[in-house]
Formats: sequence, structure tokens, C-alpha cells
Amino acid sequence: MQQKSKPKLAVWKFASCDGCQLSLLDCEDELLAVTEEVEIAYFPEASRAVIKGPYDISLVEGSITTQHDAEKIHHVRHASRFLMTIGACATAGGIQALRNFKDVKQLVPMVYANPKYIETLNKSTPIADHVFVDFELRGCPINKAQLLEVISAYLHGRKPNTPRYSVCMECKRNGTPCLMVAHGTPCLGPVTQAGCGALCPLYERGCFGCYGPAETTNTRALSEQWKALGKTPQDLVRAFRTYNAYAEAFRKESDTHES
Amino acid sequence: MKANGATKTTQTKVIKVDMIARVEGEGALYVKIKNRTVTDVEFRIFEPPRLFEALLRGRAYSEAPDITARICGICPVAYQMSAVHAIENAFGITVDNTIRNLRRLLYCGEWIESHVLHIYMLHAPDFLGYADAIQLAHDYPDIVNRGLALKKAGNDIVRVLGGREIHPINVRVGGFYHLPTKQDFGALLDKLKWARDAAIETARWTGSLPFPDADYDYEFVALHHPDEYPMIEGRLLSSKGLNIAVSEYDNYFAEEHLARSNALYSFLKGRGAYFVGPMARYNLNFEQLTPLAKETALSSGIGTTCTNPFKSIIVRAVETVYACDHAIQIIENYNPPENSPDVIHTRSGTGYGCTEAPRGILYHRYRLDDAGSILDAKIVPPTSQNQKVIEDDLRRVVETNLDLPDEQITMQCEQVIRNYDPCISCATHFLHLHVDRM
Repeated sequence: MQQKSKPKLAVWKFASCDGCQLSLLDCEDELLAVTEEVEIAYFPEASRAVIKGPYDISLVEGSITTQHDAEKIHHVRHASRFLMTIGACATAGGIQALRNFKDVKQLVPMVYANPKYIETLNKSTPIADHVFVDFELRGCPINKAQLLEVISAYLHGRKPNTPRYSVCMECKRNGTPCLMVAHGTPCLGPVTQAGCGALCPLYERGCFGCYGPAETTNTRALSEQWKALGKTPQDLVRAFRTYNAYAEAFRKESDTHES
Repeated sequence: MKANGATKTTQTKVIKVDMIARVEGEGALYVKIKNRTVTDVEFRIFEPPRLFEALLRGRAYSEAPDITARICGICPVAYQMSAVHAIENAFGITVDNTIRNLRRLLYCGEWIESHVLHIYMLHAPDFLGYADAIQLAHDYPDIVNRGLALKKAGNDIVRVLGGREIHPINVRVGGFYHLPTKQDFGALLDKLKWARDAAIETARWTGSLPFPDADYDYEFVALHHPDEYPMIEGRLLSSKGLNIAVSEYDNYFAEEHLARSNALYSFLKGRGAYFVGPMARYNLNFEQLTPLAKETALSSGIGTTCTNPFKSIIVRAVETVYACDHAIQIIENYNPPENSPDVIHTRSGTGYGCTEAPRGILYHRYRLDDAGSILDAKIVPPTSQNQKVIEDDLRRVVETNLDLPDEQITMQCEQVIRNYDPCISCATHFLHLHVDRM
């Protein structure tokens, strides 16, 4: 039987911790099966072999924080049919977007003795601020089952099943009693997108929003509830400003509590 | 990656690699050779700076373990462990033995996952002449499948205890959000017993790989603890006589910032380059290994010390045996404590933490106010500590192989770098290969 040529997959990295691309290598049971279906054409973290583009699927990790990267992402887009961003850095700017609320010129000398050697932009921005993105996969880090779901959906030409409702739905499904109601534990679950399996509440911890804002959120009502539990405006600013600080819903809510 | 731009004039030669493959993060290498002398070796880290130490200012102490975990997706547990120990040091908190053992268990999971990833997927292809583990799998499917299953066993520990493999969610200052039950570990134990055997096979297999002669006089630095192989606690020892408390780190070690790299270069004051990681731990702590790990090491081609950086692959496998063995001990002896203390009493002060990340010592220092807000933070990852030693090794390998074609020198240089399993995401505040012959 004649073998059809496999779709080519590329993995690109911008400012990030490498965790989301590692998710692909963490698919220990599925990795070799994935390589039966797609050809890993560019993945420097895993291989020194490079197959030239264009690529059918590009996974993009990381945020844009340098002029060099702001230019490179256009080349990546140009070389990619289906461009999918993976993780909070690529979809919302990541933890490094905390700089967006400050003056980066004051931050650099806190870390580097010779700030003049450092080239960096004022803001850390998501990929979609720079180029058209075909699909955004959320999470800090992404859920590897969702990654496999999106790749296989692409291969079969169907829509991926990655719900945009809140973590609360997953808690209900897990049968986890509401931490806020039952224990008075502050939780970002009501405004945070599902996908992690409502992990933190399973471990007796309030959600800290690492999957970013859900599709529809009422952050204001949640903030009132946090205040009723004794949290201060400063606590709220910090809570909304973590791994998805620059995502619109979280950014706007944090701004309202900043004095 | 291919060497690019190798330019030959009569006597000058440049070798460069713009992006080094099979390392975590982005780095490059530049080597300049003039009149058959290596004049410049630069191992350059161009991973963009993310400014973690600055972003930590004003954050609550309780956020530090999760925020610093985001420095590295490969070794988040290391960041969480150094952070909690530094903060507990500042607050004067001592955790009980059960929490301490659970922390060591979590670390065992990360060592297994990270070491096995490096052994099978990043390092072994160099010795066997493959571009990656996927190509290796075409010819040796059983070997690669063993590696993947072993890696998974490590990840399983992190997932059960930490909630998920990457950026686990269960670690907090003072202990864990949720203490596991004995039943939670039920399925793990059998997997780990299989993993321990697979790790022994891995060590024997790595011992059979072809190694170049390369024994150098390094200064190894690692934690040392009289009663256990070092992970979360101990004094800082070196193979050349250093013996200090973690809180004295800043008196003996310093960092410099060079134009070529977004990583800071660490050095021992008045002494220079030093070597951290599995080989350093092994050389300073052989006696603390379990009998099974010792026996595996000695039957896999290394002595009680190892100074050939290429053989670090064997040492990683020995540490994997240790981590499986130790994890089994911890689980077998585990009894959940009644309750870990929920209330943390904050106080102003400075806290120091140093733990053994898979790649070597990871130092954290925090200055905190009364309420536990972070005033300033200092983080020194293992890769920036190894950066000088890596450049020294590169210089030696180029000098001994001057007559080889560029493509082969490039390959050897890359392998030298991969000996250290550098994690460039961590070190940025860290690589392209470029050899310049003049």
C-alpha cells in the first residue's frame, strides 16, 4: 500500500519555561504513536534534525519579549498552515507579563549588573497580538491530554473538544465540595477556564487561575466574595496578576483594585 | 544542528552553532581559532530574560514556590523546594520528618523524570549517532520504550504527590496543601519496583556506550549530608576543601554579567570555575548512596568517583537507581501525619535555601518583611553555575581536535554541552555553535 506523506509538525519557542513543549515529550504512552501520524520536522528541544518548512502544524510556546522575537513570529506564521499557541505565555503573555504593569527599565537593573547588555521590550505580549492564531490552548502548563486532542482533531478535520466553561463545572463533575462555600477558601475557579480537571480543589487548595479567564466571567462578583472572606484589594491585585495577568478579564479586574 | 558559516581564510577559523539542539532552552556556541590556537569560546545564552527576581518583589511569600516553578518546566520541583526551604529558614520553621520525606519523594520523582529524559532522549543519541530518540526508536524500539516507561514512573510520583507533572500544585511553605493517604501510593509501589530494575538495566546499558578519554581536574560542588544522599538539605562541600553553610553562599560565590549572554556566570571567589550536578553529587556523596545504587555504579563502568563528563550519563542512571530505591523506601514507611501546621507565623528577615535540582545546586535567597512580603530575591540556577566549566571543556575539546573537519568539531562541541544537561530556560538570566578559524 502506498504511504501517504505525513503532516509536518514544528515546535517553536519564545520566552517561556519549556514546560508546555515538554508536555509533548511527557506523552510517554502516546509519543511514538504520535510520530506514526505526524512527522516531527522541527523540534530543537528533542532533535538536531531539521526538515524544511512549510509546516502543517506549528506549536508555539512562549511570549514575545524581544524585538528579534517580534520579527521571528512573522516568519513562523508564514511557514505554518495551522498555528496553535500552547500555554499561558503564548496565549496571555505569561508570568513575565507582570512587567507590563511596571517600568521595565527599573526592573532590569534589579537582576542584571549591566542593563545595557540586555535587549528586551517593555511588554511581554501573547502571540495573537502579533500574528493570526488558528487555535489557542490554555494553561500553565497545558494539559497534555488536551494537546493530543487538538492535534488529533486537526488530523481528522474536526473541531477540538476543549470547553471554555469554568473550573466550577469540573469540580461538580469530580464531586468536590465547593471550597469557598464549605471552607471559606478563596478560589478563582468561578472565573477560570476548565481544562486542568479542577486539580487544586482536589488537593484542598483554591484555584489560582493558571488556565486564564473562562469564556464568560463575572470577576467583579467574585472579588466581592473574596472581600467578604477577608481578602484585601492588594490580595485581589496579586490574585488576578499571576500567570495570565495580561489576559483582558484578569487585567481589567486587577486594575480596579489597584489604588 | 549543522555548523553554519564556517569560514576558512589562511589561518582563521570560526565554528558556530546558532541553536543547540536537545537542550532545554535556547543557546548558541561560538569558537574562534587563530594560528591553531583557540582564542575565543563563547557559550551564549540568548533565551530572552524574564526578570523573575524583579517580579518577585512585592509578592507574598506563599506565592514564591509557584512563581519560581515557572522558571523551569523541566525542574519545577527544584524551584519549589529551594523556595520553601529558604522561606522556612527566614521564618524559623522546621518541618517534621514525614513532610521532609514527602519532599524527598517528590524530588525522587523529578530526578527520575528529568534524568531519564536526558539519558534516553537528549544524550544517548549522541553516543549512538542518531539525531534524536525517535530515530533511535526505529532501530532500538525496546530501549526507547524502556526509557519512556521509566520516565513515566518518575512523572507518576510527581503527579500523585504534586497533582501534575509540570508545575505541580501541592507544595506550600510548611508542607503540602493535601497530604496523601497510604492508598494514594498503592499503584505506585509496583511501578517503582519495575522502574528500579529498569534503572539498573539503564545504568548497565549506559556503561556499554563508547566514551572518549576525558578526565579533568574539576572543582566539584554539591550539598553533603551525613545521613542521606543530598537533595533538600546539607552543607555545601567542594572536592577542593570548601565546606560552608548554605547561608554563607554569597560570601564564597559570585556572579558576573557578560555582554554575550543573558545568563549570569557564577564563580567561586578567588578560585574560578566549578562543577555542579550529578557528577559533583556522586563524587562528594558516594557513601550516602543505597547499597543497590553503589553496586550498580561499580558494575556499570565507573569507580567511586567519576571525572569524565561524558560518563555523566552513567552517573545519571545511577542516581535514577538511587531515586527509585529511595522512593520505594519512603512509600513503604509512609504513615500520614495527623495534620500539618496550617498557620505560618511570618517575621522579617533573610532566608537561604539550597537544594539539589537534577542539574545541580539551586540557590534561593529571600528578604521578607514582617507580613511575609518579598522585599528582594536572588536565584542562582545550576546551569549558570556550570557555564564557565562548559566553556573550559569546549576549549579543551576544540584544542585536541583542531584537525577534524568543522562538522565533526561541531558535533563534539554539542556533545560537550549536552554532557551538562544544560537547562537554558533556568539560566536566563543561557546557546548557537560558531567556530572561527583564523
